[in-house]
Amino acid sequence: MYLIWIFVLLPLAGALVAWLIPDNRRRPLVLPVIAVLHLALTVTLLLQTPPPSPDRWIFLDPLGKLSLICNSVLFFICANYAVGYLKLRRKRPNRVLCVSLLVCLSAMTLVAVSQHLGLLWIALEMTTITMAPLIYFNRNARSIEATWKYLLICSVGIAIALLGLFFLAYSTIVAKQEVTLLLGTLIDTAADLHAGWRHAAFIFLLVGFGSKMGLAPLHTWKPDAYGEAPGLVGALLAGGLVNCALLALLRVYQVAVASTEAVLFQEVLLGMGLVSMAFAAVFMARQSDFKRMLAYSSVEHVGIIAVALGLGKGALFGALLHMLNNAFTKGVLFLSCGNIHRAYNSKSTQFVRGALRRTPWSGALFLAAFLAITGSPPFGPFVSEFTIVSSAFVQQNYWTGALFLLFLAMIFIGMASTVIPVVLGKVPDDLERTPYRDTAPTVWPPLVLMALVLMLGLWLPESLQELLHQAAGLLEGGR
Amino acid sequence: MTALADQLLVLCLLLNFAVLGTSRLAFSVRAVALQGVVLGVLPALVHPFSWHLVAIVAGIILVKGAAIPILIVRAIHKADIQREFEPFIGYIPSLVLGALFTALAFIFAARLPLAPEHEGLLFVPASLATLMCGFLVLMGRRKAISQVIGYLVMENGIFIFGLLLAEAMPVMVEAGALLDLLVGVFVMGIVINHISREFSSLDTSRLSTLREE
Repeated sequence: MYLIWIFVLLPLAGALVAWLIPDNRRRPLVLPVIAVLHLALTVTLLLQTPPPSPDRWIFLDPLGKLSLICNSVLFFICANYAVGYLKLRRKRPNRVLCVSLLVCLSAMTLVAVSQHLGLLWIALEMTTITMAPLIYFNRNARSIEATWKYLLICSVGIAIALLGLFFLAYSTIVAKQEVTLLLGTLIDTAADLHAGWRHAAFIFLLVGFGSKMGLAPLHTWKPDAYGEAPGLVGALLAGGLVNCALLALLRVYQVAVASTEAVLFQEVLLGMGLVSMAFAAVFMARQSDFKRMLAYSSVEHVGIIAVALGLGKGALFGALLHMLNNAFTKGVLFLSCGNIHRAYNSKSTQFVRGALRRTPWSGALFLAAFLAITGSPPFGPFVSEFTIVSSAFVQQNYWTGALFLLFLAMIFIGMASTVIPVVLGKVPDDLERTPYRDTAPTVWPPLVLMALVLMLGLWLPESLQELLHQAAGLLEGGR
Repeated sequence: MTALADQLLVLCLLLNFAVLGTSRLAFSVRAVALQGVVLGVLPALVHPFSWHLVAIVAGIILVKGAAIPILIVRAIHKADIQREFEPFIGYIPSLVLGALFTALAFIFAARLPLAPEHEGLLFVPASLATLMCGFLVLMGRRKAISQVIGYLVMENGIFIFGLLLAEAMPVMVEAGALLDLLVGVFVMGIVINHISREFSSLDTSRLSTLREE
């Protein structure tokens, strides 16, 4: 039990150390140290899961484990990348960045282990707030605009989710149950809760967590925040933060499945998912800023996950696998695209051409990750997307399956028309030289992550498969 | 005691209108601070005495009534502005809409299936009305500080609903939510400060470079 507390407090201790170190050059080294320890603790806890705490507030269940694997691995990669990245940007003070990253890691860990929805909400709100200074790292007019939009929309969204939680708790009062927000108790009594309040609660929670996840039409902050944040922050937003919000949504999903309202909840998710994919398909085309393009890709992929959750049954396995695949592939995309941004000092496709020539490693990684994220074999996302779409056809939900494939095709074309010139085009002659060259510290982290994405496509380890099945079982109403 | 609680909730509703109808930022900050203090006193009236109740009451009054207003007032001084200017929704329309929302909240709440011990109390309509008024300020104003004030009023509305379920919200959760709110406003204050430095104005409608062509 105490291991889990160490787990949550360790990054906070790291944040304190990072705050106290006065030297801008040495401070970033705290990040990989904490990340390695965190990863080691994650592995320990995966092998030896401690029993639930006596009050049942804290427990690492299979869903939490999956989210933890995502966040811990992604943070490890980003922390190592950060050392190389911050070396390139010596002049910029990085105290706030390091401290915020570590506090955010602590909050993300708490999201994964908490079984009390109130506690979960607090941790989720904490991740929202700590990400704001990170988006603002570049300190210019554009990044402040993005930060303000992000802060306001996400704060309001998460406040609406809190109201949804209150409604859920109130439905227990009206149904004369013991008032609680403990997940286990809520699942046990879900069918007896007052239907009207429960119904309202689901809608509010869906809107609240949906806006944090960036499901259309609540995604408007995403392109700005992802576009203006540094690459490594974008990776954590698109991988880590999205997964935290998704986990919160999955907790609600568990309650919804246990109640009699599963069908309605799933239909709304399916609708929102398809709308997200449609939005992404439309806005992805002819996008001249390749970081914003990645934001729309993130909207697409939370849409895919929502569609899978809406389909239920066999697609649930695909949804959870896609959560891992999406997080890791987005990590590669954002980190390599951050490198390309550094090398050209621009993120407009007008100037950035022929990245393969200028930054061979980052260019190749960007291209490979593009192929992976659009669902080309042999990478991981292909497997999960295939599982989802085949489940749609097995369930004879032909319209969903057809629209899903249509949007994927549109997105592939739209994304290719931006990525191909960026990577393979001819380097403009009159381009200013920047000091950035691909070097080991900024290349190996995304390279490792890319290898992981490839591995997930070719070979799923037995233990991971089992974990995914257990987690999918929880979503199907199992205990 | 519940009679007194109802009167305090009426005061809360009136303070919503004070925020809706004024252009002076310092005044609306004070109104929100007072609303926070009133909300801090409320739990003491509806729940039996215990030490953790004392802690909650003290915490709410300190954070909502003192710490957050001080942060905002500081942001106002640094940005050197006194008034909201040309809001998207004018003051008179805001007041009318606010009154409409409040009336609707009462009609709606009367039809809601409440627990028997909460029927006839003002908690639910006051919560919904405050929420909507906060949303109105958030959507209708131009200045970043006004938007933060709208967010706080909204949060207060949600908080009123939370009073109905104190047992489900243990002290730790309550304290955590307050801390999150405080840190959130702190970060917003810093961002506001940078907006005013960068754009030499706090007009959020100038934040429009990032658009889809």
